[in-house]
Amino acid sequence: MHMQIQPILAALKHHKLATVLIAMEIALACAVLCNACLLITNRLSAMHINSGVDESSLGFIALQGFDPAAARDLDARVAAGLAGIPGVESVHLINSVPFGMQAGAFGITLDQAGKQFRGVPEIYLGDPGTPQALGLKLVAGRMPEAGDYQPIAQGYLPASSNVLVTRALAGHLWPGENPLGKQFWTGENQFRVIGVVAHLAVPQYDEEGERGAEWTVFVPALPPASLLAGTFLIRAHPQDLDRVMVAAKAAIARIAPDAVLDHEWSDTLPALRTKFFRTDRAMAGLLVGVIVALLGVTAFGIVGLASFWVAQRRKQIGIRRALGATRADILRYFQTENFLIVTFGIVAGVVMAIGINLVLMKFFEVPRLPLWYLPVGVVALWLLGQLAVLAPALRAAAVPPVVATRSV
Amino acid sequence: MGVNDMFGYYLDLALRSFKRHRVLTALMVMALGLGIGASITTLAVLKLLSGDPLPQKSARIFAPEIDPLTAASTTKEDKLFERWGNLMTWTDAMNLLHARKAERQAVMALASSKITTATPGQHPFFSDSVVTTSDFFSMFDASFQYGSGWSAQDDENRAHVVVIAGFLNDKLFGGANSVGRILRVNDHDYRIAGVLKPWAPQPRFYSVNLGGRGYGKGDALFMPLQAAVADKVNTQTVNCFDSGIDADHLETAPCVWVSTWVELANASDAGAYKTFLSNYVAQQIALGRFHHPGVALPDLMGFLAQQRVVPDDARMQTNLAFGFLLICVVNTVGLLLAKCLRRSREIGVRRALGATRGAIFTQFMVESGMVGIAGGVLGLVFAELGLWAIRHQPAEYASLAHLDVSMFIATFVIALIASLVAGLLPAWRACAVAPAPQLKSV
Repeated sequence: MHMQIQPILAALKHHKLATVLIAMEIALACAVLCNACLLITNRLSAMHINSGVDESSLGFIALQGFDPAAARDLDARVAAGLAGIPGVESVHLINSVPFGMQAGAFGITLDQAGKQFRGVPEIYLGDPGTPQALGLKLVAGRMPEAGDYQPIAQGYLPASSNVLVTRALAGHLWPGENPLGKQFWTGENQFRVIGVVAHLAVPQYDEEGERGAEWTVFVPALPPASLLAGTFLIRAHPQDLDRVMVAAKAAIARIAPDAVLDHEWSDTLPALRTKFFRTDRAMAGLLVGVIVALLGVTAFGIVGLASFWVAQRRKQIGIRRALGATRADILRYFQTENFLIVTFGIVAGVVMAIGINLVLMKFFEVPRLPLWYLPVGVVALWLLGQLAVLAPALRAAAVPPVVATRSV
Repeated sequence: MGVNDMFGYYLDLALRSFKRHRVLTALMVMALGLGIGASITTLAVLKLLSGDPLPQKSARIFAPEIDPLTAASTTKEDKLFERWGNLMTWTDAMNLLHARKAERQAVMALASSKITTATPGQHPFFSDSVVTTSDFFSMFDASFQYGSGWSAQDDENRAHVVVIAGFLNDKLFGGANSVGRILRVNDHDYRIAGVLKPWAPQPRFYSVNLGGRGYGKGDALFMPLQAAVADKVNTQTVNCFDSGIDADHLETAPCVWVSTWVELANASDAGAYKTFLSNYVAQQIALGRFHHPGVALPDLMGFLAQQRVVPDDARMQTNLAFGFLLICVVNTVGLLLAKCLRRSREIGVRRALGATRGAIFTQFMVESGMVGIAGGVLGLVFAELGLWAIRHQPAEYASLAHLDVSMFIATFVIALIASLVAGLLPAWRACAVAPAPQLKSV
């Protein structure tokens, strides 16, 4: 570019106020933009949490309001009835599913005396074959076998069980060690790790909570049990799933007229996932709206100021044109000028963006702003500035040289 | 000219200038309107979420908090109160209830109760219910349409009586006086003692740590705690902290699952009640039941703050909206400046004809103020649109998002302040214009 920056800087000195204002708008836009984008990606990445199960093949049915004493008979009747629906591959008793209702969180310790407290993971209970039906992926050890499924004599859990844990929980409990064969306790209930699965998300993931999204244990159990009654996992081919769930809900009224279907939680897993992330999606949508409005307002502000600017300098432009400057020269002049001003703004904006991020990190659960956001934001604002100044700059380039002689 | 005439003249000048600079004016009003719309929408939601559910007596309602954890637990006390709040074991809640050291006291838990109707063909359904003790209604200002609550004697006798909400009475009995009729709840018969007038404190403070919804139309059914527990009601939240849990005998289990609230005659009695609480805990430590001496007694609003009832999302959105408003204001400064500098000649003429700098300054501030009011009107439209969008969101408070009178006034106050602040710099620049050079170049 043969254009010199020196004369532009000299000209800007005469328009300090307008220059500072545009730069300030860009700085504020840059700061808010970077942080709003961070919040959006934060939401979106939370929404992509890996549940570790074959969601598209799974549905969940929850019943309420039956006599606990009759649970065993009811479960058998419902399981048989559901299994008879065409397209159903399997029916299992399970206490909850990812994105389903909160069902069994227990504080655990690494010693029997209960001294080494290590958090409150979620415990999934399921009858024989449940891990296979869920589609859990084993990364070490083995799946529970028939002998691992224990009856629950008292309380909520078997007195002693061979369990599966997630890789995430194993890493939290025994960092850097082989978790297979390790033991932990909740009260007097003892667990021994026989297998590690790649992923299994908790039912209700709470970002603000103290517990990890995948602090989960699968406990093999035999019904009846207070946590394992009236809640069913249905597995079907993904193409059949929606139809099967409609049929299943209809069948419940026939099979178990004395129980009440819990409509909130009885659904396919894809539907439960969608429901679970509704507010996050709404928040992300709102942030996108704010960003669009923000960029629009900033662009219009630049258009407004630059138009005025061009109008104010018509005479000056006319003189330059009369002295031999081409239209392209004038266009490039205004574009370079805008580029310089936007750059001033961006420098201030980057500092503000980091500052705002630090404040957000202090008061809210917001991660550190990744540094690669900054160049992306910078390029976006440069482009925005160039687009916004284009119309006024073209109008400036259209000023005929004769203007120079007219009003002097 | 008198002050009023001058003001009228400035208004006229402003209108003329708006006509001449339609695009610039439209841009300014649009920017301000967007910023104000976003701010008011988020402020209205924040106000809704952080409101006082019982304004007439919230300063006298307290949540006693004690720490039942075993000696082995390493949990820090303050963190525990944040998590469990006024949740207690059955034993402690009953001890505090029967001590009667406050003007009123109530113990409660939430449950989902199965209601079976006699109407043929109607399926049984589940309703949000509160299992509680007799003072609940008078303590929380729930008034009756028909009948009344039950007595402390009914509590101890495990009387099978219930109070139902007006909306449940409408659903079951078509709104007729149903006092004395029998309702089948969880497969047991209860006699209806009273029907409430619409009562739904927002946020629903008594349910936040019991596993209930924070907002919404309220609970349908209120049952005596002792009777419901004897009938094996399934309560929403059970937090256990020691081994040997028998799910069937929660009354003696090392689990917290009921909450306690007290009403004191004066807010200043809190000190005395806290001393009573500390003495109670000291006594329990002496008995070997308790291990931690800490107690807390936040009032209702303090309790809501401790339980972090207002979601971080709402606060973050409000911050973001005001950041956005700031950008809109800076933008308006720029546009106003562009407009006023374009009118240097007009200002020069007016100055030459004898207008003082003050007059020019006032004129431009009047113009800014008008932009502000127009921005406020547009902001109101955007805020209504925003709240309409919020009412269609899945959050449980969504249906309550409306503009009230105070937010309506706030809209114009914010709009005027924003536009006047934005107008200061351009007005100052305008009145600094020297008349002579402008006249020369006409």
